[in-house]
Amino acid sequence: MKAAVVVFPGSNCDRDLAVAFEQAGCEVSMVWHKDSALPEGVDIVGVPGGFSYGDYLRCGAIAAQSPICKAVVEHTNRGGYAIGVCNGFQILTETGVLPGALLRNAGLKYICRTVDLQVATSNSVFTEGYKAGDVIGVPIAHHDGNYFADAETVAMLEDQDRVAFRYVDNPNGSIADIAGILSENRRVLGMMPHPERAADEGHGGTDGAAVFRALAGLVTAA
Amino acid sequence: MQEPAITPELIANHGLKPEEYDLILEIIGREPTFTELGIFSAMWNEHCSYKSSKKWLRTLPTDGPQVICGPGENAGIVDIGDGDAVVFKMESHNHPSYIEPYQGAATGVGGILRDVFTMGARPIASMNALSFGEPSHHKTRQLVNGVVEGIGGYGNCFGVPCVGGEVRFHPAYNGNCLVNAFAAGLAKTDGIFYSAASGVGMPVVYLGAKTGRDGVGGATMASAEFDDTIEEKRPTVQVGDPFTEKRLMEATLELMQTGAVISIQDMGAAGLTCSAVEMGDKGGLGVRLDLENVPQREVDMTAYEMMLSESQERMLMVLKPELEAEAKAVFEKWDLDFAIVGETIAEDRFLIMHNGEVKADLPLSKLSSSAPEYDRPWIETPAPEALTDADVPTIDPIDGLKALISSPNYAGKQWVYEQYDTTVMGDTARRPGAGSGIVRVHGTDKQLAFTSDVTPRYVKANPFEGGKQAVAEAYRNLTAVGAKPLATTDNLNFGNPEKPEIMGQFVGAIKGIGEAVAALDVPIVSGNVSLYNETDGQGILPTPTIGAVGLIAADEEPIIGEARDGHIALLIGDTIGHLGQSALLAEVFNREDGDAPTVDLAAEKRNGEFIRANRDLIKACTDLGDGGLALAAFEMAEGAGVGVQIDAGDTPTLFGEDQARYLVACNFDQAEGLMMAAGQAGVTVTTVGKFGGDTVKIGGSEAPLAELSEIFRSSFAAAVA
Repeated sequence: MKAAVVVFPGSNCDRDLAVAFEQAGCEVSMVWHKDSALPEGVDIVGVPGGFSYGDYLRCGAIAAQSPICKAVVEHTNRGGYAIGVCNGFQILTETGVLPGALLRNAGLKYICRTVDLQVATSNSVFTEGYKAGDVIGVPIAHHDGNYFADAETVAMLEDQDRVAFRYVDNPNGSIADIAGILSENRRVLGMMPHPERAADEGHGGTDGAAVFRALAGLVTAA
Repeated sequence: MQEPAITPELIANHGLKPEEYDLILEIIGREPTFTELGIFSAMWNEHCSYKSSKKWLRTLPTDGPQVICGPGENAGIVDIGDGDAVVFKMESHNHPSYIEPYQGAATGVGGILRDVFTMGARPIASMNALSFGEPSHHKTRQLVNGVVEGIGGYGNCFGVPCVGGEVRFHPAYNGNCLVNAFAAGLAKTDGIFYSAASGVGMPVVYLGAKTGRDGVGGATMASAEFDDTIEEKRPTVQVGDPFTEKRLMEATLELMQTGAVISIQDMGAAGLTCSAVEMGDKGGLGVRLDLENVPQREVDMTAYEMMLSESQERMLMVLKPELEAEAKAVFEKWDLDFAIVGETIAEDRFLIMHNGEVKADLPLSKLSSSAPEYDRPWIETPAPEALTDADVPTIDPIDGLKALISSPNYAGKQWVYEQYDTTVMGDTARRPGAGSGIVRVHGTDKQLAFTSDVTPRYVKANPFEGGKQAVAEAYRNLTAVGAKPLATTDNLNFGNPEKPEIMGQFVGAIKGIGEAVAALDVPIVSGNVSLYNETDGQGILPTPTIGAVGLIAADEEPIIGEARDGHIALLIGDTIGHLGQSALLAEVFNREDGDAPTVDLAAEKRNGEFIRANRDLIKACTDLGDGGLALAAFEMAEGAGVGVQIDAGDTPTLFGEDQARYLVACNFDQAEGLMMAAGQAGVTVTTVGKFGGDTVKIGGSEAPLAELSEIFRSSFAAAVA
């Protein structure tokens, strides 16, 4: 499978995400934020963590307007796969690819620690390596990870089984303990915790590796 | 614009003494212009010139086969084999952080990161050592919150993992907090960049963010004591922009790949002045600058302001002219300024032009080489009286332990380090919280360990032994994770050096540090001196922070296991029960008396080598420091979530702070192996208890682990959050 990792000038988890894709057997290319097209034949796009354009405004708001993000939106509209982690999740909500928004953490502080996540559904390429109900330890590292959506949207996400992960002990005030969600076609995952930081025994364990594992064998019709 | 006339008051406001002004007159043979006065003040303040400390810094051992570059450059460089090098330094941002904690701390982090990537190294780890006043002081809470948020705000955005540090509280820091920031980066030994300019007529290029009026006079401010005018000093603090710094790093590292860089220097304290003078001075060249070409973000900036601005995220480079187009393309890609602002010249001149007008014309080499250097009078700190047996208190072991872990000095620091990104870059093998942090050398099987240490109480009581102890503790912390200590950086924080007793602390500590780094083969490769940490005549505790780096080779395993039910607790090293200047005396009895513990450097070396050589027999290891055996055993048990039983019940054995000691957890067979190895190595190994159960039992007293754990984990936030 061919993966592309978007690089904004303030991305700082781009290499980490590329390493996780590579370890899962993907062929990875890095895509510059000023590019207006993805490389030919890309199956999955990774939108990495970091501070895209500094995020001095609402996180991800400027990134959502970048040339590459237009290409990412087109890719997902065509049914292409994408994963947005942390700042990448914020960007995917800002582009409208995923519903809701990420607000400042309820405690108003940046939090970096490994948290327990409950896998809420195994029905997606990202979560099929788990059983629903599994509890995995994955690091979070964010200031604005408090997921919010209106009641109808949350009900819709629940009805359509689109909550991918929930916090066992909610660290940031996210509504319904939501840590990650899927798009309607289940091919886009956005999550605040960093599975790419939990995909290596020597660094944070391997609880997050399964998020990437199933990708290698995938070839999309997009 | 009319420049102000040079008056004695103006000279004094620039931090120059009358005799220093006379030296300026002698050097240039005329009255300086306003801009020239500013340049001298920027170059000759304590912060930039090290005029009080130079004489003593020269005595420090800085060399060794592992050292590629010692002090004098932006950071020190140490060989870690296979063409890899680790580049590191620690630097203070004390004065600005007290005035404006968020920005002061943030720009401290920014400055140290720039020092590292200026040399061609990508930063891979950071630490910070913080000292604050007593928790009940009215400024402490605001300072702790602001400083921690500032460090996090900058480092998290930049994207470098924080892997260690220290936080302490003491009334002596009520009027001056300390913010010491450490950064380390990785470079290839054939891809290192230095600051010495070479070649005449080479373009001098300005890179990065635009210049504003922020931070004008910052370095001069940081070279004076505080008094009640502190609020007026706020404009001397710079404002950080980590997003720009991140781009500057990426652009700089990419630029270096083009081969266009002859030499490069970051703009830190005293900005354009200091960086230009340093590049010229080291290369034996003059420099001409045309200030109208400097990218500016404010209108009508004067030559004086541009030369003294400490706007952040800027670099100065000498460029190979034939590669200008390639170099410029890199900076355009990252949307950063790239402007040719001058050139190197053959004459020994620092010529500053602004719109065709000469604003300064000084002999460049004299700006640093003729800077005043003082042999300040000093008096040796009198030897403290040792505690007598009658002075030594006794305490119930669990009560003593509870008192320590409920103090923010010894409580868990999760509240602090959870505000820092500790796992970005995907290579953190050990996060902060217990001894050294560990980062993998990306793409290799090597790992680097980092620690920062000092016990200011000891240094105050006995600067020589205290200086030795700071180095020895750093050596032990690296050893405890199985790393071979390689080299050190020193961040020397002291009060007013014009007072002989303060200067005596400085001299004593340097002598101790020098003896220890020589004995333990951990040369000082970089560092920073921060003096005048005083407010209204009250100085801080002498705080020579030692940052240290160790290597875990590709074929070595780190010691990062945890104590388990059934493990034996072994003490490595000799116990006398030294309670002078101990954490127990300070926290429980509010006493800071007695002498600091003596550091036997031969024992440090012997015991350290023993731990590293026998790593296969050790599951978990920690050094013994503040709080002695009792606190070390508790911390090891708490971190592993298992109970512990320590047999001894007497106060000196449990809370004494004898040096050169480690606590080890291992199984029975390993314990036997260690005992045998110890006999051959001449190392003392004693069984002191065992791990298991869900209580902490020390001597005859006992408490549930869960209860102590709750105290340990909540007390820091309760005190200052």
